[in-house]
Amino acid sequence: MYYGIRGDDGISTPETIVSLRNLTKTFPTADGAGFTALHDISLDIRKGEIFGIIGMSGAGKSTLVRCINYLERPTSGTVLFQGRDLSKLSMPELLRVRQSIGMIFQQFNLLMQRTALQNVCFPLEIAGVEKKARIRRAEELLELVGLADKRNSYPSQLSGGQCQRVAIARALATSPQVLLCDEATSALDPSTTRGVLALIREINEKLGITVIIITHEMAVIEEICQRVAIIDAGRIAEVGPVSDIFTHPKSDAARRLVLPPGERVEEFMGGRRCRIVFDGRSAFEPVISNLVLEFRHPVNILYANTKEIDGKAVGQMIIALPEDDHLAERMLGSMRAQGLSVEEVTGDV
Amino acid sequence: MFDQAVVKMIGNGILETLYMTLTSTFIAYIIGLPLGVALVVTDKDGIHPIRWLNSILNVIVNILRSIPFLILMIFVTPLTRAIIGTSLGPTATIVPLVIGSAPFIARLVESSIKEIDKGVIEAAQSMGAKPMQIIWKVLLPEARPSILVGAAIAVTTILSYSAMAGIIGGRGLGDIAIRYGYYRYENGIMFVTVALLVIIVQVLQEVDMMVARKNDKRRK
Ligand SMILES: Nc1ncnc2c1ncn2[C@@H]1O[C@H](COP(=O)(O)OP(=O)(O)O)[C@@H](O)[C@H]1O
Ligand SMILES: [Mg+2]
Repeated sequence: MYYGIRGDDGISTPETIVSLRNLTKTFPTADGAGFTALHDISLDIRKGEIFGIIGMSGAGKSTLVRCINYLERPTSGTVLFQGRDLSKLSMPELLRVRQSIGMIFQQFNLLMQRTALQNVCFPLEIAGVEKKARIRRAEELLELVGLADKRNSYPSQLSGGQCQRVAIARALATSPQVLLCDEATSALDPSTTRGVLALIREINEKLGITVIIITHEMAVIEEICQRVAIIDAGRIAEVGPVSDIFTHPKSDAARRLVLPPGERVEEFMGGRRCRIVFDGRSAFEPVISNLVLEFRHPVNILYANTKEIDGKAVGQMIIALPEDDHLAERMLGSMRAQGLSVEEVTGDV
Repeated sequence: MFDQAVVKMIGNGILETLYMTLTSTFIAYIIGLPLGVALVVTDKDGIHPIRWLNSILNVIVNILRSIPFLILMIFVTPLTRAIIGTSLGPTATIVPLVIGSAPFIARLVESSIKEIDKGVIEAAQSMGAKPMQIIWKVLLPEARPSILVGAAIAVTTILSYSAMAGIIGGRGLGDIAIRYGYYRYENGIMFVTVALLVIIVQVLQEVDMMVARKNDKRRK
């Protein structure tokens, strides 16, 4: 077992299950120069957590996740799975390790000529489980994902959300330690996405499986992840608890993801404005109504982006400050006194 | 014109044609199917790339595919004699038919397997499947409907090759059409044999497509 090196927060971390050390991946190109999709990536995934990796399309997310189970061999750097260096394993050993890393995909990748039950049996056949035990286990898993009645349906007869549930059941068949999800909800509509994410969370809590979620959607990260890494052009821009990154994005990449271009507030020009960051300790309404009551002056909310992240209310709000400088200062002071993180914003937010 | 003898001859012709076509198709698939799988698997993007083997297989297939069947048929006569003992008759014709169609079938199988979504193969690899397991549990079952559709094309091609074999004494309907139509100008008999060839092609194709459809779970 591989016990904890110190994490980014400086405190001794829980057990690390997947550890990436200085991972680099360069693909050969026609001109011979090569294209480096991953630059010097180091990450520690803790046992039992739901870890998100977010980035724009082409950032290198799929390449990174494929390095974790060595579907892609890194050009340099190491992948440690439960402390074992994957590059040092023989092929049969690597194939066995892959049985303890489940994977689901955007396009589900189910076998089209097999029923739901037969699809779930598939990894068990590969692992050499005998037929009776295979079917029993597959039935159990279809039950878990809520599709016991669809055991004899073919993927073409199932909806996208149902297909992904079958894929989840299949990924869990060999009782993996880690579940890799590469854009697993990107082909699904928002309500189906929520259902699938709820299932993934349930699996994480019930079975204690570590989950690594790859996505380009901040909403997915907010919904389910505890920690997140932001990947930008093949480099890790930022890693940390989701609520921190959401409230205090440090990198440009993080700011772009947290505050998408459409929601920027350039249009609210003129006058003094301030940004209030909610870090999960206070709620929104009391703050605003207290201000109104205390100063007997209307508060104009210019922009609000408020979410429940990991059970906590977090987000940010931009309000217009009164013209009266003295009143504005008193309002700022009052909010700071309540322990809110407040900053005046000027120009481009 | 259509006396007892002619009817019997045509009846025999039908049986000989079916015998040559179906036996050759069967044997050609025994060779062509693994060859097609090998072409995909050993490719540089395949699940088990073997560069040199892939190049050799491709060269062999391309050479055999580029020789016109009529010439191939005559070219392999010594081999046919060595294997069957004669170069005449339906059984002897099976040898050139197999040699001529197996590489074609390999290409058909290759393209059927290449239709499979790469993601499905990747999923199998992510579960720790070995190349052999992927071949038996993913590539062949997932490509089966498409391979069966390909078989309709293969059987039609082999039937038309078998008719050509009539020229060098291969017997069957093609032989009858050539002898009566070309050498004796008995157009009636030629028309009948041609019609029968068309019907046989239609029936074989329909049966094959029916099996293919029944096997495909993709649209239901
Ligand atoms: N096999 C490959 N050969 C060459 N370039 C690749 C290959 N796979 C991915 N890339 C390139 O690497 C970059 C990252 O790809 P990917 O990891 O799929 O991004 P993401 O999943 O974040 O959209 C892209 O620019 C892509 O074109
Ligand atoms: Mg991707």
